[in-house]
Order: sequence, then C-alpha cells, then structure tokens
Amino acid sequence: MSEYIILSIFLFLGAFIALAATVTGLLLGYRTKKTKNKMAPYECGMQTIGNARIQFKVGYYLFALLFLVFDIEALFLFPVLMNYKSIMAGNTPLSPTIVVIDLVIFMAVLVSGLAYAWKKGILKWE
Amino acid sequence: MFVPSITNPVGDFVRELVPQLAAFLPASLQSDTLNSIVAFLVNALICVIAVCIVNIGSAPILIYMERKVCAHVQCRLGPMRLGWHGTIQTIADVLKMLFKEVYAPSGADKLMFYLAPLIVLIAPFIVCALIPFGRNLVVADVSMGIPLIIAVNGFGVLGILLGGWSSNNKYSLLGALRSGAQMISYEISFAMILLFVVMISGSTNLMSITLGQEGTIFDWWIFKVPVLGIIAFILFFISSTAEMNRAPFDIAEAEQELTGGYHTEYNGTPFAMFYLAEYIALVTNSSLAVTCFLGGFYAPCIGISFIDQYLNMVPGVIWFFAKVFFMIWCYMMVRWTFVRPRVDQLMDFEWKFLLPVNLVLLVAGAAFIAISG
Repeated sequence: MSEYIILSIFLFLGAFIALAATVTGLLLGYRTKKTKNKMAPYECGMQTIGNARIQFKVGYYLFALLFLVFDIEALFLFPVLMNYKSIMAGNTPLSPTIVVIDLVIFMAVLVSGLAYAWKKGILKWE
Repeated sequence: MFVPSITNPVGDFVRELVPQLAAFLPASLQSDTLNSIVAFLVNALICVIAVCIVNIGSAPILIYMERKVCAHVQCRLGPMRLGWHGTIQTIADVLKMLFKEVYAPSGADKLMFYLAPLIVLIAPFIVCALIPFGRNLVVADVSMGIPLIIAVNGFGVLGILLGGWSSNNKYSLLGALRSGAQMISYEISFAMILLFVVMISGSTNLMSITLGQEGTIFDWWIFKVPVLGIIAFILFFISSTAEMNRAPFDIAEAEQELTGGYHTEYNGTPFAMFYLAEYIALVTNSSLAVTCFLGGFYAPCIGISFIDQYLNMVPGVIWFFAKVFFMIWCYMMVRWTFVRPRVDQLMDFEWKFLLPVNLVLLVAGAAFIAISG
C-alpha cells in the first residue's frame, strides 16, 4: 500500500516538473511582437490552406483495435504465466495438462484472429 | 490507523532518526503516528530528489554522449569549444532553451498544447520509481511491477497524440498519428517479451526478477534459457527502440518528410520537455533491459572465484549503471549506423514478423519450462 502512495506522488512529479519548466520558460523567455506571419503554422512558408485537423485514413483506427485485442490478451496471460512454473511443478491444485490445453485454445483463438486480419489485408499499410 | 512506510536502508535510518528528533518537541506534539507520517514524508522527499537527480541529471550527460557518439561514427569531433572536449556544451544549450520564447501558434488548442509535455513526462518518472537500482534501492517495490510499466507506457502515446493534434499543423498531426500507430504496435511485442520474462522468472515484481538472477553470468535470464533468452533480448531491444521513437524507427519525426513530427510547433521549454522525456525513456528502457535480462545489480561473475571476489567488491549500484550505460551506448550505435525504414515496412515488420516470432517464443518458452521442470 505504501508503495502505491509513493507512486501516486511520482504520478504528479513528472507533470509538475514539466509545468514548472513551462512556467519558467513563459517568465524568462524572450518576447517579441506576435505578428501574423510569426504565429502562422510552420508548414511550407506560404499561407496554409484549410484546417490542420484533416481527415486521415481509417487504417490507424484498425491498428488501434488490433492493439487493444493483443494488449488485453497479454494482460490476461500475465496471471497464468506468472504461476506457470509452479503449475508445471505441481505446486498448485490445478492440473498441468488442463492448464496447457486452456492456454493452447486461448492462443489458437488469438492466432486465428491475427491470421484473419492478415488475410483481410488490414495489416497492409498503403 | 494505516501509516505508510518505506523499507530500505535509507527509510530505516530516517524512521529511527525521526523519534530522536521528536524528543525535543513539547510532549503534547509527540505521538508514534505523527512520527511515522513525518518519517514517511521525509522518505518520500528523499526518493523524489534521488529520482530527479538520476533522471534530470542524466539527460545532459546523455545528450553530450549522443553528440559525441554520433560525431565519432561520422568521423567528426563533435562539440569541442566549450570546456574540455565540449563538456559544458549541453549546459549552455539548456540555458539557451530556458530563454527561448514560448508561444502556441495561431489556431492551436492552447490548453492541450501546454498539457501534452506534462503527460509525456509522467510515464518515465513512474517507471524509474519501479526499477531496483541496488539490492535495497527501489522506490516502490510493487508486486505488479511489469503490468504497471506496460500500462504507464500508454501515457507517452497519449501525450504525443495530444501534442500533434493540438498544434494546428498538418505535419504535426501526421507525425503524431504515425508515432501513435508505431508505438501501440510495438507496445504489443514489448509486452509479450516482458511476458516471456515473467514466465521464466515466475514473478511480476522487478526485485524478485532481479534476485532470481543471482550467481554467475550464466544465471542471467538472457543466458539461463538457452537460445530463447538471446532471441528475447534482441526482440526487446528492437521493440524498445521503436517504443522510444528512436532511429532507425523514427519515422514519426522524419525530418525529411515531416519537418519535425509531433513537436514541430513546440519551442522553448515545452520542446525541451519532449526532449527530456525521450532521454529519460532511454535510461528507463535500458534499466528495464538490464533488470530483465542482464542481471540487474549483480556483478558479471564468471564462475572463477579468484576473479569473482574482486568483481563482487564493487557495489551493485555501480554495476547497474555500468550495464545501463553499456545498453545506452548500444542504442546510440544502432541509431547512428542503421537506415530508417519506410512506414509500411515498419508496420509489416511488427505485425508480420515480430508478433508471430513473439508468439512462437512464448510457446517455446512454455515448452522449455514444461520439459526442464
């Protein structure tokens, strides 16, 4: 429990340092007149056309979905694989054979999902 | 009543010191609970200062090192003018950065624009708090160390996406999206390799992962599992390089295509924060590699007692940082000697090569444990 209190202090530490640095920069920084050309986005030297919040391709979203699947999979595997050694050594009430079969089914579902995405061409970047 | 406490040599020392100092106070102010809380706060302050020194202090050293490594790879000398061999060049650069003008470009979402560097800097500090630097030198010895590291790494992606989107610049947005796609893709193999380490060590606590590697060099996780350990280490090296957006996987900020990627519009200290986060991430990722594969704070003993007794005389912290700097040197050499792949090649490499190899590695590791018992 104490460890998590320390960690919550550290959660704000990084943000606090960045905030302090930004404020220092705002206070100490050299200031010049904010002309229109200076404040313009740094793109190509000419007047930018349109908004910068452009539409982008849906591929990014599909990769995010795949990421979600595999990251959660990794999270699910943590408790099993953490105790995998002791399960195999027979130190737990679980039967090693059943655990291995479960893991194989779990992995097979995932691998077939990846194979499906591959076949569908989601993994192709264009 | 629950009173938090820190158990390491420094924490124990403070906890004994505080009641002795409290004896000088009037009797009405004395209580064991108060003493413990004061001791905890003092300990927390010591931890914060120590981590700040390690993190923020190492960044100028690393920037100097990077410039020197880069220069010597390219047959140049690098910074030579300020101080002996340019040693105080980075301090001058930091001072220059402080006095640069800070402003958000027109059309930028100001709140998000200034929030992004804050979020980017959160993750490396938390990871740094979890790393065991020495036998008792760990800030937060949590049992869920590795899942926490994977979770916290997500903050970096968030900050980069926010920074790119809020800048009102098409290059920034494209750079942030590419960066986000790349980081989340390689986070999977990053998590899978850590899963492999968790499987062979049987713990998610970074301290017990390190303690499991006691003995000679062949007890380190990289060598303990024959062949698989080395493959896992190489995969970790690749995926953590991509995680950090370092070259050769720096398509997110490919200067030739995207001017500067997600931090094109940043200047002054907020830009310095992105830079700082990048270099702290270099330290934390190297520390993670050392903890998970290279024996943490253990000396590289080779099994000959005559040599080992001298190696063991060096404190663990020094071995730890020696290994970390070796890892950082490896990252730097890779950065300056490899060429950058295209975006599609990069994504193909992760999803069609690294991920299947990772799954095979996990299965092979499981089979190895099942057979060797």
